[in-house]
Amino acid sequence: MSTATAPGSLPRYIVQRLLLIIPMVWFILTLVFLLMRVAPGDPVSASVGGRLPEAALDQRREALGLNDPLIQQYWDYLSGVLTLDFGNTITDNTPITQIVKENGGATLTLTISAMLLALVVGLPLGLIAGRYRDTPADGGIRIFGIVTYAAPVFYTGLLVQLLFLNVFSGWPLLGQSTPITEFTVETRTHILLLDAIIAGDGDAVIDVLKHLMLPAVTLGLLICGIFIRLTRVNVLQTLQADYVEAARARGIPERRVVRSHAFRNAMVPVVTIIGLQVALLLSGAVLTEKTFAWPGLGNQLITYIDQRDYAAVQGIITLFAVVVVLISILIDIVIALIDPRVRY
Amino acid sequence: MSTTGQDVLSVRDLRVWYGTERGAARAVDGVSFDLRPGEILGLVGESGCGKTTLGRGLLGLLPRGAFVDGDVTFKGKPMPAVASKEYRALRGAELGMIFQEPMTRLNPLMRISEHFEETVRAHHPGVSRERVRHAALEVLRVMGIPPTRYRSYPHEFSGGMRQRLTIALALVLRPAFIVADEPTTALDVLVEAQIIKILADLRREFDTSLLLITHNLGIVSEACDRVAVMYAGRIVEIGDARQVFRSPQHPYTQELLRSTISLSTTGLSFIPGSPPDLVDPPAGCRFHPRCPHAMRVCATQAPVPLEVAGGQRVECWLHGPESQVPPGGGEPLHVREELSVADEA
Amino acid sequence: MAVMRRVLAPFRETVGFSRWMLLAGIVIVAFFVVLAVGAEWIAPYGYAQKSADGVDFPKLAEPGGDHLLGTDRLFFDVWSRVVWGARTALEVIVLAVAGSMILGLALGLVSGYVGGWFDRILVLVMDALYAFPPLLLAIVFGFLLADKIGAGVVSAALSLTVVYLPQYFRVVRNSTISARESTYVEAARALGAPGRTVITRYLFGNVIHSVPVIGTLNAADALGTLAALGFLGLGIQPTDGADWGFDLSRALDDASSGIWWTGVFSGAAIVLLITGLTLVGEGLNETINPVLRKKRLQKIRREETIR
Repeated sequence: MSTATAPGSLPRYIVQRLLLIIPMVWFILTLVFLLMRVAPGDPVSASVGGRLPEAALDQRREALGLNDPLIQQYWDYLSGVLTLDFGNTITDNTPITQIVKENGGATLTLTISAMLLALVVGLPLGLIAGRYRDTPADGGIRIFGIVTYAAPVFYTGLLVQLLFLNVFSGWPLLGQSTPITEFTVETRTHILLLDAIIAGDGDAVIDVLKHLMLPAVTLGLLICGIFIRLTRVNVLQTLQADYVEAARARGIPERRVVRSHAFRNAMVPVVTIIGLQVALLLSGAVLTEKTFAWPGLGNQLITYIDQRDYAAVQGIITLFAVVVVLISILIDIVIALIDPRVRY
Repeated sequence: MSTTGQDVLSVRDLRVWYGTERGAARAVDGVSFDLRPGEILGLVGESGCGKTTLGRGLLGLLPRGAFVDGDVTFKGKPMPAVASKEYRALRGAELGMIFQEPMTRLNPLMRISEHFEETVRAHHPGVSRERVRHAALEVLRVMGIPPTRYRSYPHEFSGGMRQRLTIALALVLRPAFIVADEPTTALDVLVEAQIIKILADLRREFDTSLLLITHNLGIVSEACDRVAVMYAGRIVEIGDARQVFRSPQHPYTQELLRSTISLSTTGLSFIPGSPPDLVDPPAGCRFHPRCPHAMRVCATQAPVPLEVAGGQRVECWLHGPESQVPPGGGEPLHVREELSVADEA
Repeated sequence: MAVMRRVLAPFRETVGFSRWMLLAGIVIVAFFVVLAVGAEWIAPYGYAQKSADGVDFPKLAEPGGDHLLGTDRLFFDVWSRVVWGARTALEVIVLAVAGSMILGLALGLVSGYVGGWFDRILVLVMDALYAFPPLLLAIVFGFLLADKIGAGVVSAALSLTVVYLPQYFRVVRNSTISARESTYVEAARALGAPGRTVITRYLFGNVIHSVPVIGTLNAADALGTLAALGFLGLGIQPTDGADWGFDLSRALDDASSGIWWTGVFSGAAIVLLITGLTLVGEGLNETINPVLRKKRLQKIRREETIR
């Protein structure tokens, strides 16, 4: 288990974790690069071949550097990522950074609201299930958690859509807002909800929130199952901890024992888990966006997959992967700051 | 043997049974004793004889579903119902517990100061932080923990220091009675001596009675006023510590003392066999299968508690009463001879 | 035999909810295994059959009559697609989990036993793979393999193998290292037992407890990923096999016109099978993992204690 560490090792630990980013990101970049290059044939003709004359195709190849030696391409790719340049798409020759700028806001809105929803619902349910172990409440909550996690987002999305279509007809099912809102709200942050709030347009805010509800609930339900499960297991473990029994022996009221010993200590690993869920959250977001025609990065990714646009897929996937790695390492550092026992 | 008004704790026929798949395990099965203010009672016996269960039972810290029965009187009043608020209010304030492993008994996410604040406020809501600090530093001083460490986290302390911290936490509200369950088993020898000295000095500083559970007879002879020897859920011998050590009256106590290793030990002695199964204990005296002096009566009838010449209370047919031994019951039990023959073979 | 008994022992000891979960999970999974194995006999039609006895199936027919669960936009019988989908799903899952188990075991053993730089690099690689969002990894693989070897059971299984490999690698490597450093090995070496024997024995004991749990939970997860690949059009083509995820992506377009039967059933099949696998995994976890297992005390009545 954890051993006592001299104070002052925390900065060292943080530096260690930060340094680890370099090989991890490098490895992921290389992996994506290699995977994309083992692909057969030529990406340009795969995506836009037949639509453009041969000369234009060759021009595209040249522009994308596909005629350069592999090592040169690798170098360009790596140095590009370092300067936050993820390349251009083949099909419409748009910089990936531009796509990120325009569609990232929608993904951010969706993921953050889904995560908040999952936390608000999942944590209390997990705590209750762990506290009242083996009661009907525990059983019900666990089944709920297992089923919501088992249901693919596109299936939950389908059911939710069918429900709203038949019961609350008129509720917006697809997209981020009505076209009117889209046009009237001035673009400032590329986050529509935020823009609507800045503009002080109440109708637009309500419109966006209405559109946001179904995708956020759908994605939130998926993540919430994990929170329930992990919170519950951690509570079970901390409730059996020696310090909990010791607290009871000092006559601490049971409510307080549960709250400030069992629940609080169970939260530490849960924070780690939240960090690990970023990967799942992004994967879920890709599928949710497709299901609800939500104009985020995931939807863009799928569009480019359908168009066989290698450069776009490579760029967006690279970005996703780097974000996930960065967040997971950030979470490690946050843990080290929260937990006085600095481990490792 | 009568309950005098001045006893802090008086236990009569306490039984704690655990229901297991195979049947009820009689971890504590009819235990009676008294404890005077400031007195230290050592509780010794092999592992699995019910010492820990007895200690926890007195604090109401048994797993849910354990069966508890018997009369426990604390400061002249009957102990409240196990899961009641009143019992909870006694714990920490009047009843304390010191555990075996100090490393895991403090919440790693809470400062020492928070542990003290939580404990004091659980019993005296609304006490100011400053007053808690004052009381805590007082006990910490006795334990030899410098006031500068008051706001540290548990992981910043060594094992011995943590045990002193848990003792300080148990003492901060000056409880009248403390159970110390093998408080030094997890510590090294030098630290052990330190902790034992602290415990032995408790009565002078705090006037606290102590039930000191241990399997180390050396600790008992050093720190305890009286000693109770437990075997298979029962106290088989209880009395003044020096008297018991000088002239042990129960064969189990004799064997236990003989198997103690000391500097003057020349050969290793041990008690053949192992403690009995608590679900299905031997009939009669539970020690009879391992007893070198077992008689016929021992295998059929449970012995009667009896006060013997040295002032101890002993449960053994060797001390009578003769009137209850059936005819021929005093014959040696042959089972025992076969067993020892088998052991030597 | 003795191993079986040891593996089953915790099951006999578990009570209440965990046992119920495990049983329910086993029943559900068994149901799908039956569907998968007996698809030829259970499904009334083939997965890509558009007509029977010279009569074309109706398009988007409502459930009932000749088509228990209706037909979809491609004239396929929905119930038959659900049944055949079980076969596709189980094929992919079994291939993927077996693949990552075998690879993970081999790499983990070597890495843990050899140690040094080799170990460090492998750990880094596995950590990176683990940090990579599984679906994205599967998308990348599915995207590439779809062109190279064609989207199908093998390419789907292959992408899933890579996704789940790191977990087995970790478990096996860590146990190997602790086995290597444990006093048992020291003692056994001193007695002249070759290191290999000791490690296999020790590992078997350690790994056998965690691998079934990871395996079933991964199978559940893999099924979700497979469905997602199908949903994104990177899974199995409708003419090559029945893919629940693919059917769902089609059904989403039908939903807005009020047609519900094309997706609800294949989706329900996914949820049910994932739930079943998860129940088995969690149930196993609770029976095997001593931390989660709670010993329950039997009730004692007062009369019993008075003799």
